[in-house]
Amino acid sequence: MSPNPEKKLEKTLVDINYLLKEAPREKHFITGAQAMAEAVKRASVDMAIAYPITPQSEVMHLVGDIYAQGHIKEYYRAEEELGTMSAIAGAARAGVRLFTATSGPGLLRGLEAIVSWPGHRVPAVLGILTRVINAPLSIQPDNIEMAYMMHCGAVMLHAENQQDTFDFTLAAFAIAEKVDVYIPVAVATEGFFVTHAKGYVEMTPEDMALNEFDPVAAPVPAMDNETPPARIQRDAPVQKSNFMSYLIHAVWQQEIWDSNKRAMKYIYEYLGGPIEVKNPESEVFLIASGCAAAQAREAWRYAQEAGLSVGLIKVRAIRPFPIDEIRDAVKNAKSIIVPEHNIIGWLCKEVKAAIPNGGIVTEGPRVYGGMTLPVELIMKEIHNSLGLEYDLKL
Amino acid sequence: MSLKYITPAERFKKYLPKDYVELVDYGPFGKTQEEAGPGNMGQFKELVEEHPMCSGCWMAYYIRLIFASLPNPEDTVTLGTAGCGRLAISQAAVPFIYGNYGDQNAMASGLTRAFRLRFPDKTKDVITIAGDGGTMDIGFSMTMHSWIRGEKFTTIMLDNEVYGNTGGQSSGMSPQGAILKMAPKGKDFGKMPATELARAAGCVYTVRMSPTNIKKAAKIIRRAIFVAREVGPTFIHAYTSCNIEYSIPTHEVFADAKAQEKDRFTFEEYMTDEAKEVIERVEAEEKAARMARKAQKTEAVN
Ligand code: SF4
Repeated sequence: MSPNPEKKLEKTLVDINYLLKEAPREKHFITGAQAMAEAVKRASVDMAIAYPITPQSEVMHLVGDIYAQGHIKEYYRAEEELGTMSAIAGAARAGVRLFTATSGPGLLRGLEAIVSWPGHRVPAVLGILTRVINAPLSIQPDNIEMAYMMHCGAVMLHAENQQDTFDFTLAAFAIAEKVDVYIPVAVATEGFFVTHAKGYVEMTPEDMALNEFDPVAAPVPAMDNETPPARIQRDAPVQKSNFMSYLIHAVWQQEIWDSNKRAMKYIYEYLGGPIEVKNPESEVFLIASGCAAAQAREAWRYAQEAGLSVGLIKVRAIRPFPIDEIRDAVKNAKSIIVPEHNIIGWLCKEVKAAIPNGGIVTEGPRVYGGMTLPVELIMKEIHNSLGLEYDLKL
Repeated sequence: MSLKYITPAERFKKYLPKDYVELVDYGPFGKTQEEAGPGNMGQFKELVEEHPMCSGCWMAYYIRLIFASLPNPEDTVTLGTAGCGRLAISQAAVPFIYGNYGDQNAMASGLTRAFRLRFPDKTKDVITIAGDGGTMDIGFSMTMHSWIRGEKFTTIMLDNEVYGNTGGQSSGMSPQGAILKMAPKGKDFGKMPATELARAAGCVYTVRMSPTNIKKAAKIIRRAIFVAREVGPTFIHAYTSCNIEYSIPTHEVFADAKAQEKDRFTFEEYMTDEAKEVIERVEAEEKAARMARKAQKTEAVN
């Protein structure tokens, strides 16, 4: 396919604050995949590179459609995920706004390139529509791949539903491109449960889009031979003496993780903060992210109806992880329950590490590889924590 | 011309390293091939002057040649991968992007397309320069697909028939029977037919050569770049021996290259009709410009 700048549509360009907070919105009943693509449509994306995998494909099909309609200037299907993620890294050097998405095994296949993005200062947005990766292979929802993404330096947001998917994806472009951040932002949400299910999404007008990408406003200039100062070599490997090599790598990595931390203020600005807290005075807290947060929210609602003292913390930002915010929110808690959609319990480990008294954390309930997370399992843990009997009927 | 991006402000010049200032004043930027091409090597500030490769490495010689032959160094970006060649390429005074193992052609796909979006009226040359391992083994799928997609950039394979940088393992391009690390009983399959694969995958201009003739090598490099700009993917498969792993004494490196030229690396050039048109046009234009300059000079003398 060839670039189609001739199809450029007339749009009103606005800044992200206006787009997220003030622009008029209209309610639509759409899938999570549609919500992500609709956000891409409004983000003045220059280029999107696609490779299929279930359940992500839907997103990149829709992104392809909006390219054909002229909302995006360039789009193509790459050879496989490593090629896709490498091409994103190449295109980023030319100074354009980029989007791609993947799922489970695809994420792992592209991981070598993806984990080099932060170090290469690639401000791209990556959609992660989660699914099973471990054998036996299955195409069911599960978010274990997020655990592999947590250690590369990328900012990671975890959307609970279709509305989050829309808002987080839009905000992701703005966060990634901040001069003091300038690293990739991943927006994850559960495959099928969110991507293939419909929900209400309040959307901004189609003819209103985010200000265009400004490659000059970057901590590292694009390698376009246009922008002084000259940048002859970009992040080539460090292979001088061992000491120099260590030092340069270490300093660069520290800067990447500092950039990651600096994203937090924009998560406050655009998304109202990295966590959402309900009933802050409670003794028992549910802490969850993504789809598990939706199930936890349902359990929390049952608990309210039953008059139980239960609070809910939804985690929006996985990286930077809201350590201070969670520690503060649970300082009076007696027990914490962390429902998750994966076998290893990566969120649980993060929560335990964030608080001084990790012993109060109940691991799970967890489901992995396909099932939805029954609210009853969460209710059982709530009752256990409160020393109450619960008759579990699934 | 984007040469401006390396031109220092006059007042700042005296604080810059001498090497840098010399590059701006005496480098090949904005100059013709007669002034600063391979024919005049040693008489202008070259884009690659120092490199940490083995003494007498034939690959290092060819890399130096590539950079002296660039038609538009001020608007050229190179991409590479792990390997010996990268050690020199990354020290050239032309932007170099180093990605992950073997992904240079995938990165170049994104880069070339994005350049065309941002600079539709400008020529930006994109060249991937990688070894046989990076191009034909680990990067095989990405190399092939960039050609199949018709991406408009030049791929140069520095074929030293071995993994030099990791210590001499056999590659898909090592000759059959070669006893190398990881082929302890001798490599049991033949050399991959790189130029045939390139043609089958849609390269519009391919060359296999042992670059012993400087002028010819420069002409080929320029042809590949000119054609890639307008028509489609181009590929140069160059023999650049590894004198360390194949135990070629330094003073015999050239003789070896000559011998290979008669044997496994006989000169082979392929071009589509469209590519041929571009080559004929560009070379006629260059010739006309040369003649005009000559005439001007004679006039000035008279
Ligand atoms: S190992 Fe071989 S290819 Fe590598 S620099 Fe030395 S001689 Fe050249």
